[in-house]
Amino acid sequence: MSGEGQGSSHWFDDEAGPVVRPYAMTRGRTNHGAQHRLDLIAVVVTEPHGDDPEGDPSLSPEHVDIVELCREAPQSVAELAAELDLPVGVVRVLVGDLVDEELVHVSRPVPPAELVDESILRDVINGLRAL
Amino acid sequence: MIFGRSERGMPQVEPVTLKILVAGGFGVGKTTLVGAVSEIRPLRTEEVLTEAGRPVDDTSGVESKHTTTVAMDFGRITLREDLTLYLFGTPGQDRFWFLWDELAAGALGAVVLADTRRLEDCFAAVDYFERRTIPFVVGVNCFEEAARYPAEAVRRALDLDDDVPVVLCDARERQSVKEVLVEVVRHAMAYTADDRASVST
Repeated sequence: MSGEGQGSSHWFDDEAGPVVRPYAMTRGRTNHGAQHRLDLIAVVVTEPHGDDPEGDPSLSPEHVDIVELCREAPQSVAELAAELDLPVGVVRVLVGDLVDEELVHVSRPVPPAELVDESILRDVINGLRAL
Repeated sequence: MIFGRSERGMPQVEPVTLKILVAGGFGVGKTTLVGAVSEIRPLRTEEVLTEAGRPVDDTSGVESKHTTTVAMDFGRITLREDLTLYLFGTPGQDRFWFLWDELAAGALGAVVLADTRRLEDCFAAVDYFERRTIPFVVGVNCFEEAARYPAEAVRRALDLDDDVPVVLCDARERQSVKEVLVEVVRHAMAYTADDRASVST
């Protein structure tokens, strides 16, 4: 980082807090080359063989957290970000790494226009009423 | 922390996920509405600063800072084990509108919350969803101290198309918010049905 001559306070703004630190986990990467942007509600699912992520030295603790959380139950990208208290952009990069490692796969949400089956929307209505 | 393990070889249930956006002016009750029906959590997203944000986001001294943090509200409603509905409160400030495009992509529909004392605050959201043909419902949040107007008066004031539902609601009340969301889904169903009809004829 070109921090020369700049006080550390320059890395902060009042609203946002530190802006650099989260991306240290991604080794500075802000996007994952191979992947197009994952939707916030794309669901991350741990592969059945992804049962020993801690034994993999190439993974960061955050990678391991994602593998474990998504083994327990598939999680959306938004949920992972909220649960791990990480910016969405960081989670996208980390999930991209895990897809490359074949430890997780991602199922993309079906666009509503392609929800051929209207019964899903009826189920949503009934589910909401039953809340 | 102990994580439960699913049975080896058992396929995980991959839920169908849907999202509804909650838009409206600052302080109109978006966070309250999301919180009334779901456990609410803040979601941080870091975005590349755009031209639109340049006059506002003063980066002098931090020219290397190209991203900004935007927080939005996010709620999850588990309808069934394999069916999850997410609510996203859209960021209120106009300069974060570029974020909306991502949120809006693939959204089932939207709620535009309105306060009759400052109806103009929701014009921008109404325009946005109209332009992108995203089905939306206008929810008039009935603040106790605000005068009540019939839904039709609000419709005229906002110059809404006849098919856009206008619902009077109380963003604090779970039951009321449920009805608003049901209306969004019903409207979305009618909307896609119309869409198909117009394509096939």
